Amino acid sequence: MRPRRYFTRARPQKMPLELETLPKEETIYDQIIARGVSRREFLSFCAWMGACIGVQASGIAQVIQALETKKRIPVIWLHFQECTCCSESFLRSSHPIVADILLDKISLDYTETLMAASGHQAEQSLQDTMAKYKGEYLLCIEGSVPLAEDGVYCCIGGKTAKGIAEEVAEHAKAIIAWGNCACSGCVQAAKPNPTQAMPIKKIIAGKPIINVQGCPPIAEVMAGVLVHLLTFDTIPELDNLGRPKAFYSRRVHDTCYRRPNYDAGLFVESFDDENARKGYCLYKVGCKGPTTYNSCGTIRWNGGVSFPIQSGHPCIGCSESNFWDNGPFYQRLPSFPGFGIEATADTVGVAALGVAAAGVAAHAVMTNVRKRHEIGEQPGENAEKADAADAASRGNNPNS
Amino acid sequence: MNASHDYQRVYVWQLPVRLFHQINALCITVLCVTGWLISHPPGFLNAGEASSGYWFGTNRFIHFAAGYVLLANFLVRIYWSFVGNKYSNWRNFLPLTMAQIRQCRDVLLVDILQVRSKPVHALGHNAVAYFTYAGTGLLTVFQIVSGFALYAPTSRAWFPRLFTWVTPLFGSEQNLRLFHYDAMWLFILFVVVHVYLVVYHDYVEGHGVLSSIIGGWKFMEKRTVAAPDATGISGLPARKAPAVPGTKTHPTRP
Ligand code: HEM
Ligand code: SF4
Ligand code: SF4
Repeated sequence: MRPRRYFTRARPQKMPLELETLPKEETIYDQIIARGVSRREFLSFCAWMGACIGVQASGIAQVIQALETKKRIPVIWLHFQECTCCSESFLRSSHPIVADILLDKISLDYTETLMAASGHQAEQSLQDTMAKYKGEYLLCIEGSVPLAEDGVYCCIGGKTAKGIAEEVAEHAKAIIAWGNCACSGCVQAAKPNPTQAMPIKKIIAGKPIINVQGCPPIAEVMAGVLVHLLTFDTIPELDNLGRPKAFYSRRVHDTCYRRPNYDAGLFVESFDDENARKGYCLYKVGCKGPTTYNSCGTIRWNGGVSFPIQSGHPCIGCSESNFWDNGPFYQRLPSFPGFGIEATADTVGVAALGVAAAGVAAHAVMTNVRKRHEIGEQPGENAEKADAADAASRGNNPNS
Repeated sequence: MNASHDYQRVYVWQLPVRLFHQINALCITVLCVTGWLISHPPGFLNAGEASSGYWFGTNRFIHFAAGYVLLANFLVRIYWSFVGNKYSNWRNFLPLTMAQIRQCRDVLLVDILQVRSKPVHALGHNAVAYFTYAGTGLLTVFQIVSGFALYAPTSRAWFPRLFTWVTPLFGSEQNLRLFHYDAMWLFILFVVVHVYLVVYHDYVEGHGVLSSIIGGWKFMEKRTVAAPDATGISGLPARKAPAVPGTKTHPTRP
């Protein structure tokens, strides 16, 4: 526990020592402090989150106040077709308040991955939470929902993912779709999508859905969305794909520190060349940064340590819909659809150009042979001859 | 020599049409070249520091600027198709009459397959050409719409922002880029065939088609100018040609 002199404001009412006497519905702040976090750490967390969600400096007081006074929000976190990388990302956030406090220990009422209960007990706790917090709980969904064969490809406790999603969504206050699976289907929805995996927005209508994109999303982004919901009690401003604008309004390309190399036309040609060592732009080895909207260039990963491009790997566009179908990761543009997986637009284009050139050449030869009499003749002469021939043939054969 | 072989100068392509053509050709060339470079930037190994150059940025700037010029020029041509002479009128570009369809068939037999030799009379373009240009017009519209949609996220100007609805229709920006890229190939194919056919007509028919886009004049035998199917819109019989307000025939420059 940190010494009290770091406290910027006297808070006489609830000190960690009074832990045992806390009322049941304590505020988030109470619980954070009860977990042994100092007020200083708490404030720095609030300032950091405020910066992440894009509030002005004055708005940070609002964040602090919300966390100090608001009760925890009940959260149900469902897992469908997914790899749990979103949970992983979230839990591995560098800041203890994020994973340890905000969700794991305080707010999570039901999640298959982290809860102690299992089997019937687990299902019971889901029903209990839904009944107790009807209309109040936040529903977080990780994973896509398969529709093929009546949804048998993902069943939990004998119910299909679709059934569960619909049931739990009905009385949810809002829905957060975590990661690419829940937002756009990710790898299981890639062509040919054998299980007919669907994103949450295609399954549930009539509820606000926040798409927190990425494979996985950045932990700070996930926490930022939760803090926004807590602080403002409103859905954050979303882009046209339902992603919170605070995190997804800028392209990786626009916040990429390699951008000056792009503008100067300095590109890595292959991963082991001199240009790669010099840190040139990864555009030509397939970087999807120019078409990808995410915060990797600013917030970065693992507590701001690095992000893929900084580590020398092109962006694969993991926060965009259908990024698995957008062509090979190390190729700039997708392959040409319908022409086999290896055909790029250029192969098709060059082939078409070849056909056109051959056609033109053949036609030029034919013209010189078949129209040899016309060429150089007085204009109109040929038309007259044709008319005469017409008349003659009509005379000879009235039916033609 | 028969009198019908006499040439007559016919003023076909008015100045705005010729200017449109030249600017359009220049824009498409610039857009194809800069677009190609955007897609396939040449590689320089060990070329120095980023602070020493900006050529890729400049290349993209030229692409976007040429995109605006292409659009403005295209709009002028649309306007002119309502006020210009009958050869530039919008009706030519739509299959409105049976006569146009018949002319398409004739052009196919005479010029493409060359199984018939009686030439098709057309003072403007022939019907096949008009329809092809309608297709290129659509291609241009597509390229403008997709281009400005790609441009929107990088621009604060209001105009590109009008196109933000386009990207979701294509699933992702990446996909839209592919379509924008593929359309470039269609332009390249068009240019190859277009240039060839103009040379072909100039060579075979001797009407001076090639120079007509510079000066506006074609050289036509009087017989053709007088022929009923050569005076109306894209070779319609003159009587049945729909009245086009504000248009005049220009047998000779007024
Ligand atoms: C004849 C018309 C045009 C052609 C042939 C053409 C061609 C191209 C090509 C080949 C690319 C590269 C695509 C890629 O590899 O990802 C491109 C990119 C692009 N074009 Fe065009 N384009 C045309 C018109 C336009 C217009 C009218 C605009 C509107 C401003 C435009 C805006 C763009 C933008 C914003 C990009 C992406 C550039 C980047 O992110 O660096 N294009 N174009
Ligand atoms: S590495 Fe990728 S995101 Fe960065 S400047 Fe190059 S293309 Fe853009
Ligand atoms: S750099 Fe691109 S692929 Fe990598 S995590 Fe960020 S958005 Fe996803």
